[in-house]
Amino acid sequence: MFLRRLLTRIATTLVTLLGVAVIVFAVIRIVPGDPVAMMLPPGATEADIARLNAFYGLDKSIPEQFFIWLGGVVQGDFGTSITTRQPVLGLVLSRLPATLELSVMALVIAVVLGGLVALTGTRLRYTRTEGALDVANGMALSVPDFLWGLVLILLFGVLWPVFTISGRVSPNLVPEFATSFFLFESVLRLRFDLWLDLVQHMLMPALALAIPLAAIIGQLLKQSLKETMHLDYVTLARTKGYSENHVILREALRNAVLPTLTLIGVQFTFLIGGTVIIERLFSYEGLGNMAIDAVINRDLPLIQGIVLLFALLFTLVNLAVDLLYAVLNPRLRHA
Amino acid sequence: MLDGRSLVKRTAGLRLWLSAGWLTALVIGAVFAPWIAPQDPLMQDLFTSRLPPFWMDGAEPGYWLGTDSLGRDVLSRILYGGRVALIVALIAGTATALIGATLGLIAGYYRGWADMVISRLVDIWMAFPPVLFAILLIAVMGTGLTSVVVAIIVIDWTRFARVVRAEAMAQGAMDYVASAQIAGRGRMSTLLTEILPNVLSTITVLLTLEMGIAVIVEAILSFVNLSVSTDDPTWGGMIAEGRLSIHQAWWVLVFPLIALFLTVLSFSQLGEGLKDRFDPVLN
Repeated sequence: MFLRRLLTRIATTLVTLLGVAVIVFAVIRIVPGDPVAMMLPPGATEADIARLNAFYGLDKSIPEQFFIWLGGVVQGDFGTSITTRQPVLGLVLSRLPATLELSVMALVIAVVLGGLVALTGTRLRYTRTEGALDVANGMALSVPDFLWGLVLILLFGVLWPVFTISGRVSPNLVPEFATSFFLFESVLRLRFDLWLDLVQHMLMPALALAIPLAAIIGQLLKQSLKETMHLDYVTLARTKGYSENHVILREALRNAVLPTLTLIGVQFTFLIGGTVIIERLFSYEGLGNMAIDAVINRDLPLIQGIVLLFALLFTLVNLAVDLLYAVLNPRLRHA
Repeated sequence: MLDGRSLVKRTAGLRLWLSAGWLTALVIGAVFAPWIAPQDPLMQDLFTSRLPPFWMDGAEPGYWLGTDSLGRDVLSRILYGGRVALIVALIAGTATALIGATLGLIAGYYRGWADMVISRLVDIWMAFPPVLFAILLIAVMGTGLTSVVVAIIVIDWTRFARVVRAEAMAQGAMDYVASAQIAGRGRMSTLLTEILPNVLSTITVLLTLEMGIAVIVEAILSFVNLSVSTDDPTWGGMIAEGRLSIHQAWWVLVFPLIALFLTVLSFSQLGEGLKDRFDPVLN
């Protein structure tokens, strides 16, 4: 049964990815500007234009172009960037680690912050503190990451300049590592000076991404916790003489956490989507920043590659969340 | 025992009034901008560049919130920028609601192959990062108000389609819909006279929230210089300029940021307020 669910889910994922490919291709091909004309120096002959068109495959029919393109994409050939003349896949993969590290850091911050809000709210339920937390949480929820980013720049970059608000790493510390997972590799290589510098750069953009998600986690987890607190087994634990903290952390939390886990999965893709503008705002050298540069330079193969990679990432995260949910939820596991 | 929820409830009315008040002021400011604005928002004057706001030393009368590095009046630019923000909120919000809700109603009520196609499209759309998708669309269509509106519709119709579909499905299973059909109503007529009025409150709430989102998307697009033409003042454009001169003239960033913050917060508070009012369970 479980295997059948798994296979159906993977099949729908493949259909989604094919749909993504069709849409990306369609959007890119209705572009009015002629990228080839912009690449050639003035005075280029007709033959030069035709040769370059043929080089990029722009002289074939649209369906033909799509299948050639799709065949390449499936094999990892995302084409050549028009501005840098380098393979798109390499460019994109060199930036992906920066974005992944930022996203994961933001996720961790969101879970910790949101968890603290929910636990504090539950511990102090029916007090003024809970009410104040709810109001603050509501505000955090309704203001998006872009605005939090700007607020953080003002607070911790200008008014009280304790954090770096630009870049990924200080220029004098740029490491020569085997991978671009600088944060991860710096720990492995015991380069704690570098690690600290990276965190110092990452903290503000990660926090901006984390605040809205933290608010969502705080809201839902507190709601589930408060519902759980009324259940018989929790009352039993209390009559056994366990402290309120013990009851919340050891008894209620375990049963209240499942809906929040599912939600975090879905919301994590939104958080990754937010990196596009947050990276721009903090001049962080990740995929999102590269995407905006590519749009400004009309580097279509590069944009295409980035959008596809993001879509693949989103779809895989969604798939993983669904499967994880099926494994974690006993009702679905035995269905 | 003090009720923790009471603080949320007690301030709900106040927050709703403050939100409505700010949005009203904004609409008035935007509509009457040519008469209210103390300066021409486009006029550059290097002799008046980076003037501070009125309470600081070195401020000039007539430039209440200071000027940017080109000597343009910040207050006037905020008022004119409000025009772009509100026009986008209104047009893009309404169009997104119309298209998304229609598709959601069709999918949720008629089910069958229409539902399959629409739901699959929603799935595919969920795989795109919205901001990146919008930027890509603008890059393809070129900048301008129409492009911004189209981009917002394209990235956000699923928000309405998803919720309205679920709602229409729930309503469609109710007894009153069955009795309308037993009474001989056609499918279309049932959809318009029975289902639609019952999902209208949900659509209104979503629309209010969507307007806030549209304002943000426009600000993000103008922040990366991909919104309306660069001559028109926009909050996002002002914020981008302010970000560059943040250490020399913080007011260029702070005032449009406050305007944007309050507008987004107001739309969402208004939406939440409407939701509470419409939802009998919460009352």
